[in-house]
Amino acid sequence: MVKNLLGIKGWIAAGRFSLQRYAYTLQRITGLGIITYLLMHLYVTGFKIKGKAAWNGIMETVHHPILHFFEFLLFVGVIFHALNGFRLILAEFGIGIGKPGRQVYPYTTSVDRQKGFFFFLMFLVLIIVLVGAADFYLLPK
Amino acid sequence: MAEKNLESKFETHLKDVTFKVLRYSGEGDSTKFEEYKVPVIGGMTVLEGLIYIKENLDNTLSWRASCRMGICGSCGMFINNFPMLACQTQIMDLNSDVIEIKPMPNYPIIKDLVPDLTKLIEKHKSIKPYILRNDNAPEEIEGEFYQGVEELERYEQFTFCIKCGICLAACPTVATAEEFTGPQALAQAYRYSVDTRDQGFDERKEVVDNPLGVFRCHFAGSCSEACPKGVDPALAIQLLKKAIVKDSLFGKKLVHDTKILPIKQENPKKKDNIPPAPPKSVE
Ligand code: HEM
Ligand code: SF4
Ligand code: FES
Repeated sequence: MVKNLLGIKGWIAAGRFSLQRYAYTLQRITGLGIITYLLMHLYVTGFKIKGKAAWNGIMETVHHPILHFFEFLLFVGVIFHALNGFRLILAEFGIGIGKPGRQVYPYTTSVDRQKGFFFFLMFLVLIIVLVGAADFYLLPK
Repeated sequence: MAEKNLESKFETHLKDVTFKVLRYSGEGDSTKFEEYKVPVIGGMTVLEGLIYIKENLDNTLSWRASCRMGICGSCGMFINNFPMLACQTQIMDLNSDVIEIKPMPNYPIIKDLVPDLTKLIEKHKSIKPYILRNDNAPEEIEGEFYQGVEELERYEQFTFCIKCGICLAACPTVATAEEFTGPQALAQAYRYSVDTRDQGFDERKEVVDNPLGVFRCHFAGSCSEACPKGVDPALAIQLLKKAIVKDSLFGKKLVHDTKILPIKQENPKKKDNIPPAPPKSVE
């Protein structure tokens, strides 16, 4: 018998579903990314207790353009995670997903009812990320 | 000979469509696509296309179908990258010259397009999909449960579930956690628990309030997008989460205290302004 379980592919490319499905995947990736950063952050700031020289040394290492770009990615991830997480919290408390009722074709679903809010939040993410990008790369330090 | 017959049969022939069907013999683990050319007439469904193939091109092709009208829930398939009922999908609506048909994912394949739905049914059974009472067994109660229209609407759309299993094929969580209770069963857990005739919330909570139960859902919403009956399982699941959180954190149970109306035994009095039935027109 063929098992035919989609596995991770089901998170990434499972068919013609709307973007909310892929927000599920991104929420997970960004969540894990933030945890990874947290661990790295603890490790790096831990150098403080090793004295000034060690601290300055590690600061020099982390001031690398690639790491700076990763920091920017982290920023994008956090913004997405927080706003999308806000949407999920509301949805899981039954807010903004509508009430059950008599269904008449064409059916509307909780996913449709949330679409506007989802796109609004993603628009906010975009705006905040653009402002952030300007701050990261364009504005003088 | 067949050629001529076919032509007359398909006189409203609109175009030829290639059916690219995933074949699996039932043994081993190799699958392969096979292509069939199907003449399409107006209103023809994917299921009818498959029937055409079986009747005219390849009688070894297997799939599951029964009602051919979106009621039995047998014909869920992965059609052009989306899980759908083959009998409810018109070929022309797919707007494509090639139709790729695979068995629904997240279920083992028995043969060709026939998935093994055993797990779906087991999960459905596990949430006790029937009215539970903690007073008398329903059959001992004499009378009718009172239920208002608003109370009915709290669960009515969830009763439309035909157990086709499309929602589990759509669910990204089932894709990596096979044992996740899944949208179909969770929606039914809510459907019975909000029914004012039911008193089984606690019993069902035991089944679904665990790491593979209702909180495994992260609201990707794909079940609701794909469900062919407008059940919207994702909605039911979020409402079930809310009910369980209310119960666990604030002790507010989803309990119903329905009135039971006695059944009127004597014949209701006939109104006198009802005209008599017309005489029989056939014997
Ligand atoms: C404003 C701050 C935050 C909000 C509003 C937020 C919100 C959420 C929500 C609602 C979920 C559950 C989503 C679901 O139902 O699937 C979630 C998942 C998660 N969050 Fe956050 N979060 C925040 C910050 C963080 C931080 C700081 C971390 C890491 C240290 C983090 C790591 C995670 C992880 C790992 C998951 C699991 C993802 C999954 O299993 O799919 N989050 N977050
Ligand atoms: S909820 Fe919808 S998709 Fe899922 S089994 Fe029922 S009818 Fe099919
Ligand atoms: S054949 Fe019954 S639902 Fe399609």
